[in-house]
Amino acid sequence: MDLILNRYRNLTALVAAILVQLVLLGYQVKSNQEVRLIRVWAISAVTPLARLLESGRSSSIGFFKDYFVLLDVREQNKRLQTDLDRIQLENQYLRSELDTAERGKALAVFQEHARGKTIAARIVGNSPGSNGRVVLIDRGTGSGIQAGMAVITPSGIVGKIVSAYPAASTLLLVTDPTFAAGVISQKNRVHGTLKGTGNGGVMVDHVQNEQVVEVGEWFYTSGDDRIFPKGHPVGTVIAVRPGRTVKEILVSPSGFQNGLEDVLVILEGDHAPIPEAGAPNQTVFLQPLPPAEGDQTDSSTTTRSRGAETDLDREVERARRIGEDQKHVFGERGRGAPDFNKAPSTTPAATAPASPPAPKP
Amino acid sequence: MSDTAVGFSDSPRKSRASKFKWVSIVGIPLAAILFQVYVPRFFTTLAYLEMPLLVTVYFSLMRRSPPSGVLFGMCIGLAQDSLSNLPLGMFGIVKTLVGYFAASVGQRFEANSAVLRLVLAFFFFFFHQFFYWVLARALLGQAVSFEPVQTLVLAILNAAVAVPLFHILDKLRVTE
Repeated sequence: MDLILNRYRNLTALVAAILVQLVLLGYQVKSNQEVRLIRVWAISAVTPLARLLESGRSSSIGFFKDYFVLLDVREQNKRLQTDLDRIQLENQYLRSELDTAERGKALAVFQEHARGKTIAARIVGNSPGSNGRVVLIDRGTGSGIQAGMAVITPSGIVGKIVSAYPAASTLLLVTDPTFAAGVISQKNRVHGTLKGTGNGGVMVDHVQNEQVVEVGEWFYTSGDDRIFPKGHPVGTVIAVRPGRTVKEILVSPSGFQNGLEDVLVILEGDHAPIPEAGAPNQTVFLQPLPPAEGDQTDSSTTTRSRGAETDLDREVERARRIGEDQKHVFGERGRGAPDFNKAPSTTPAATAPASPPAPKP
Repeated sequence: MSDTAVGFSDSPRKSRASKFKWVSIVGIPLAAILFQVYVPRFFTTLAYLEMPLLVTVYFSLMRRSPPSGVLFGMCIGLAQDSLSNLPLGMFGIVKTLVGYFAASVGQRFEANSAVLRLVLAFFFFFFHQFFYWVLARALLGQAVSFEPVQTLVLAILNAAVAVPLFHILDKLRVTE
């Protein structure tokens, strides 16, 4: 046996290494559990270096910018950017509240309801082999982060935590094909599932072809997935196509609008209502419909009923009058149908508006 | 420092095996993994550069020892797996095979040839991507796509980077 192992030493080493890894892989897939210890070691080894690189990069860039450009302006810009992010979040919350209730009531609701608790984190690296769809953030279980927590920016949702380690966590971005979140459209309240397309975009799945979704319409989180609190912006629809069974809806994710360096992890979510779709900016004046062809009556003595504004309305009115002339009761079985070829004899007074007096010659 | 060098001197074939300091053997793969983790954040096109794979090919090729190649590939692959959200072993198995085959080729051919390095880097990149796709479909049941033309183009790019990279790594060899 030893002779064989020595003779085939190389092949034995290969087979042994493959077998060990296959068993490891099989255990993880079968038990749906990860080998946490090895991952903790690897993350703990890489994160400090990545953080060091990141701080070195930002320090050196910051130094040159501070030195060569304007020190005060940069500091001020940082501060203003932070304020802007905070105000955007507050504004989002306030706007959604104000859209659904009266101002005073919304303020009262705002005061009553505690805001969701979030923690800021910085992206320090990409996960290998994911093409940037899984990233590492510099906050972990030590900061209260757990797997499954939602991650957002002031502009929209970004992804969710898939693994949390003591000093870092892995964040699955919305662009990953395995990502899924419940969403709802703003205007037509269409429910769907947000998924990554795998090539940097996102789509909304499970929307029937019969449902109405418009280009430019906003999607918000619906809260159905119990990961993302309801009411966070997801993105706008950039393309809608009818598919074989369900619609193909491509969405431009709003969370990535300002780049992706700093994110917020939601520690305690706070559901918010979906804001109503904005009213049109201007009211558009519409002319009344033109008179029906063959209608020779003078406009001053029009016999149109109040509701008969379309050709269909006029046809319905004509059919009703014919029925009344022929003493026909619509809806009764065995009575046949009135003769629609006969013209209605008179105009019922009840349907005619009060006519002005005829002009005197 | 020669005490810390790793190499073989027990047979004429293995005497051609290159020696490296332990610092290089640990530090370069770590740097390659860090490169893959960190750099594509700012240069997204560099995400297609498989630095850990190139380092695996280089060390396996230069050490000319299949068991060493297996161990080296397995360690780098498992380290990559640990940082990804996939089960441990996916990159590990693929890079174990790459390490083994690269070392086997190194035993039979002159590993210092730039042409051989170019061809091997090209071949192993394609093999790596294809075998990873096979494993992802067969073992994990993932519906990942494989685009041969894109993979071939990326293999050419990786091979083009591999030649100067291997030349730089040659400087880290311990000379006797």
